[in-house]
Formats: sequence, C-alpha cells, structure tokens
Amino acid sequence: MNFDFSDEQKQMRDEARKFLSEQCPPKAVREVLDGKAPYDKSLWKGLAEMGFLGVAIPEQFGGAGAGHLELCVIAEEMGRALAPVPFSSTVYLAAEAILIAGSDAQKQKWLPKIASGDAIGTLALFEGKGNPSPKAVKVTANGGVLNGVKKPVPDGAIADFAVVAARTGSSGRESDISLFIVDLKAGGVEVKSLTNIDLTRGQAEFTFKDAKAEPLGAAGEGWGVITQVLDRAAVLTAFEQVGGADRALEMGRDYALDRIAFGRPIGSFQAVKHMLADMYVSATLARSNCYYGAWALSTNAGELPEAAAAARISATQAFQHCAKNNIQVHGGMGFTWEFDCHMYYRRANAVALGLGSLSYWEDALIDRMRKKNAA
Amino acid sequence: MNFDDTPQEAAFRAEAKAWIAANAPKQYEDELRKASLGRVALKGANILEVAKAWQKKKADAGWACLHWPKEYGGRGSSPIERVIWQQEEGPFGRLSSMFIIGHGMCGPTMMAFAGEEQKRKYLPPLASGEKVWCQLFSEPAGGSDVAGLRTRAEKHGDEWVINGQKIWTSGAHYSDYGILLTRTDPTVAKHKGLTMFFLDMKSPGVEVRPIKQASGASDFNEVYFTEVRIPDSQRLGNVNDGWNVSLTTLMNERMSIGAGVATGFPELFDFCNSLMLEDGPAIENRAVRSRLANWAVKASGLKYTSMRAISALSKGERPGPENSIGKLVAGSMIQDVATYALDLQGAAGALSGPEDAEVAGKFQAMLLRAPGTRVEGGTDEIMRNIIAERVLGLPGDIRVDKDVPFNKIPTKGRA
Repeated sequence: MNFDFSDEQKQMRDEARKFLSEQCPPKAVREVLDGKAPYDKSLWKGLAEMGFLGVAIPEQFGGAGAGHLELCVIAEEMGRALAPVPFSSTVYLAAEAILIAGSDAQKQKWLPKIASGDAIGTLALFEGKGNPSPKAVKVTANGGVLNGVKKPVPDGAIADFAVVAARTGSSGRESDISLFIVDLKAGGVEVKSLTNIDLTRGQAEFTFKDAKAEPLGAAGEGWGVITQVLDRAAVLTAFEQVGGADRALEMGRDYALDRIAFGRPIGSFQAVKHMLADMYVSATLARSNCYYGAWALSTNAGELPEAAAAARISATQAFQHCAKNNIQVHGGMGFTWEFDCHMYYRRANAVALGLGSLSYWEDALIDRMRKKNAA
Repeated sequence: MNFDDTPQEAAFRAEAKAWIAANAPKQYEDELRKASLGRVALKGANILEVAKAWQKKKADAGWACLHWPKEYGGRGSSPIERVIWQQEEGPFGRLSSMFIIGHGMCGPTMMAFAGEEQKRKYLPPLASGEKVWCQLFSEPAGGSDVAGLRTRAEKHGDEWVINGQKIWTSGAHYSDYGILLTRTDPTVAKHKGLTMFFLDMKSPGVEVRPIKQASGASDFNEVYFTEVRIPDSQRLGNVNDGWNVSLTTLMNERMSIGAGVATGFPELFDFCNSLMLEDGPAIENRAVRSRLANWAVKASGLKYTSMRAISALSKGERPGPENSIGKLVAGSMIQDVATYALDLQGAAGALSGPEDAEVAGKFQAMLLRAPGTRVEGGTDEIMRNIIAERVLGLPGDIRVDKDVPFNKIPTKGRA
C-alpha cells in the first residue's frame, strides 16, 4: 500500500513552497489585503510560468497534463501562503467544469488561456443566502441570453469569463438547470465588487441583462455537472484549508516558543500546550481525510462523493479551529492588524462557506454514506 | 497513491488468510465481531482458555509475535507483515487482548535487558501464550507521575526484598510473571533511584486483589508486595537505572497501528439507521445528521491516519508521530457517542438490561466503560503533553521535584 504522495509529487510540493515563499510572502498578501491591488498579477503570471495553473489540464489543451494529485499538493501550498490570486475559482471551478462538460471547441478556447494565465474564470452559482440547490437558481436562460442576479461570485470582479448555472425549465426538478459560459468582456453583465470578510480574495455581484451565453454541456444536465464540480473543488479546497491550518498551527507554536510571560515561554504552560496539541490533532485528521479525497479524485473512484464531503468537513473544521486558536495563543498581538493571524482567520472563515457551508456538506456526507450502506 | 499490496505483501497476505481460514476458532467469530469495547466475554466458553488455545495454535505454526526473532518464539517478520496479519486476523485478534501487555511491553523489555539464557527460557512461552505477563508500574502515589512510585526494593545478599503496593495492573490475576519497577534509593532525585526486575507472580508475599471499577466490572488489580524476594539475576538493567529501562518498555507501547481504535461510530451509525424518533427516522433528522457527520469525519480521519502509518511501514520507513493522536481522539469520542446514543432514546436510554435496552445495552455499557479509556495507558492530558512536547517541540513542564531527593518531596497537598 502507498497511501501517500509519490516522491515526484512531494518534490513538486517543495518547489511550490519555495516559489511561494519567495513570490508570495505575507508582505505581498498585504498589498491585496490593504486594497492596493485586486489580486497579485505578477504572482499569477509566475504561477503560469511554473506550470501550476495548468497542472491538471491535459497537454492537448495547453496544460502540463500531470493530474489531480499534483494539483492537490500545489493547492496545499497556495492555502499555506494565502496566495491572493483567483486560483480556486479559475482552476478548481471554471477549469473543472469545462473539463467535465465542455465541447472540444470550448476546451480549446478556454483551457490554454487558463494554463497560460491569460484568462481568469469563475463559477456563478449562488443567488444570495443559502446553500447549493437547484431550487435556488432563479437566473433564467432564454434564447441564448441570461437574465437575473448572481451573488456572491468568487473573484467575479477580475474574471474574464464565468460558468453560470441558469434555469431552463420550471418542472421543479434538477433537470431545470443548465450551464452556460459567459464571456464577461462581451457586454450584458454588470459587475459590482462586494466587500467580504476575506480581503485577500474578492467577491462580486453579476447582474445579467440579456447577456449572451453559450451552453456548456447538454441542456438539463447542469446540476449533475455542478455536483461533480463541487465534489472535485471540495477536495482541492480542503488541501488549501489543510495548508492554511498547518501554517496557523506553526505560527502559534513559534509564538509560544518565543513569547515569555511569568518568567517562562508561554509554550511551557499546559493550557497553551494543550490548545496547540488539539490544533495538531484536528489538522492531522483533516490531512488524512484529504489524502483519501485525493485518492478518490485522482482515480475518479465511486467513493469520491463521500470522500469529498469528509475532506471538506474535516478541513473546514481544522482550518477554523487552528486559525482562531492561533490568535488566542498570540493574545492581544494576535488581534492587531499588524500581525498576520487575522489573515488566516479571515481566509479560514470565508473559505468555509464558498462551496456551501458545513451544514450542506454534513447533510451530503450522511446521504452519501447511507447510499453506500444501502448498496 | 494506492491501496494495493506489493507482490511480497500480497503473497504474505494470501498465506496468512489461508492459514486463518483453516485454523481460527470460527464458532466465536460472531461474538468477537460484535464486541466493541472493554473486556470480551464469550457465552458458554472461558475466554482465557479460548484465547490461550488460539495463541498456542498460532505459535506452533509460526504466527505468534510475528515481529520477534525466531529464536524467541517469533517469526522475524517486517512491521508491515505484522500489520497485514492483524488485518487478516480481524475479530480473532480480539482474543489477543490478554497478551498485549506481555507481547507489547514485557517481551521487548526482556529482549533489551535480560540475559541470553533468560531470553531463551522466558520469551518463547510468553509468545505462545502459555505464560502470561503483566506490567507493575503504576502505584497509588504514582499514576501519570510514574517516577513518584514508592514500592521499595532492598538488597539482602544476592536477593532483593520488595515491600509496597502497585495498582491498575491489567491481568495480574491471571499472570504468571511480571516486570516490576521499584525504588532502590530514596535519597536521590526521583528518576535516579529506580530499578527494574522481573518476577514470578506466584512468589510468596505477592497478593492480587481485583479492583471493582466504576463500571462495576473488574479488569484491573491492586498487587501487594510483602517481603517478596527476587534474585538479583532477575534485575533488568543497572541498579538505579530503572527509569531508562522503563522508557524502553513504554516506547514499545506502539501496538495500535493497523489494529484500529474503537470510536463507537459504526455502532451509532447503524443505530441511527434503524431508530425511529417521534417525527420520523433518526437518520433523516437534521440535528442527528449533523452530529453523525462530525463523528464520521473523526472516525475516517483516524482510519486514514493509520493507513498513512501503514504506508510508511510498507516503504520501510518509521511512521511519523501522527499515530499518537488515536487514543486521544477515540477515548473522548466513544464517550460522547455513547452519551448521544442514550440521549436519542429519551428516558428509556437509562435502561441497561439487555432485554430492555436498545442494541442489548451496548451503548450503556460503552458509556460506563468510557471514563477508563480516557485514563488508562496515559490520560488525555498526558497524551496532549506528549503531542505538544514530542511532536510540536514545546518545552517540557517545569518540574519542581526534579532535583529534590525523593524522600524530601511533599506527599500531601492540603495539610
């Protein structure tokens, strides 16, 4: 049994970590945090040059043709570095949707641009409050144009194109939903930036007014594709979360070793040690669940839906747990703008919601476990 | 990334599987599979006899203590082969619980510190289950702080005379031998005056008294020593070096890899799949599903953490520290799971008789046994200290008694 990444994949992780520690130090993240730039453009270019944007895109469509395990190790490093770039929306959501449902022409049009860093993509799914559900999709598609409002859309304000879930029927079933690709530069879409708790990654509102849209996949099969995309993105995002959790744990550990109070390092107090031990426990459980998710994703196993939900829940909990207790270990300094703790706290809590919140994935996990049991 | 055996592993697995299929006591398979926590009991059979017979059968065919050298009763197997054996042995592995201390802790300590003749004499019958061993470390005054123990050993000629009391000794009532940690010099700091021995539990002056636990059952004992004489030849390690010897014993306590730790989750999931609440099936209740999902990811996290350790073994590497989390996570989880299973039953959840209680009272028994799992073999707090210090590299506790002669350490809190 080899329930681990290969030496080559680990080497790729080391390369990504080295690259990001040089190109994406906290100072660079803060440029976006402080609103000086909507995202880190030079980092985005650099990621393209390293081949990271297209790592799971087949060579015939301009990618490196490596695979999803390679994408998992890069995702972990992106999360660790809090990379302020539209990686998850472009690579996990838009590219995966096109890989699953796109025609050859659509793949030829968008995937090479994604791999080269020339196109930012996103998935426009949500319409206000609530978790992913076909019932919540109100944007309509009629005669090749979309009308209605999507929000929040991750990285919407900087995106070049969007995969959009829209209503093409009114039967009350999943088959009412179809997917479309919208070129956001072609007019018909009003884009408004929205403030959100993670200032290093933007959210937007799209208002479609007779926006031209091209079908992605067969009509009425949109929700099935969305479900697959969300499962894949859940695994990849879980790796980002585990990367972030590990970094938050390290920051807390380092501070506990350096900070002296009552004449001794605070890391020698059991109250602090035990808090850090518990952070290690949740990060470890999450990492192990993620490895199973990575296996299921890379082999397209029937276990993917269950594995993805487990990875998503476990990694969400771990990142939130580590990020909040990292601030607690830091005490008052952890609550300053100057210290980086809050950047992890913000990311942990925003990324916990982006693909649907915990309650959605808890429900999904139990449904999927029941299905497996019944089979 | 895959779950496949290497060709050698597959061959070993096939051999193990075939032997187990032909030889295991299948009449007990169902009962063993259903036993989830604590002492295993069999209806109409003496568990000790069944366990000893299975162990002897394994030993005769070369399947006992797989990782031990052949000359001491083992098979000389690699760590991964040991894991594969455990996977294949499945529920029959539960029959090994009475040998865990002997095989996991006493045996390795003997291997490291006993003389060659002693090893050849004592280890093979330990491996085959003909002789059962126990470990006599904990005392009323030394639990987590085991170096605070008070049982005295005084040298009289070629013998040592032992006086004192041990507690929480698993299996002392059916053990033939034990390894014993004693204080030989109370005038030096506590870690520096300890010495390790092994002894015959039938020696005059050894008295074993079972402890009635909070759960009502008795898995552990108190052991009293009154003028017990042990020959100096049964000393393990140097005089006053017992602390280092005991560290060898405790480092060998890594026995759970592959075997898996009980969390109670599979039982709870099954229960919720069949339970009807006032407003419909429990499994369709939102609150129930949320609780289940949270425990599901802990259970799967533990499972895949141990898979990662097994992978490291398969590659000939030492597993990382990840596996140290198993006991900590599973201990409090099984307690919470049991509490919740009772909660779902309302007032009837308090009933524990097998005829009246749901699932024959399994969750009630789990609840009552669970406090012990969070204490035995290192409390939750000690486990957290270990993770914080050995994994995360945080400083050790400040020990106010570290450089104080043992007989000057206060023995009472409030006067």
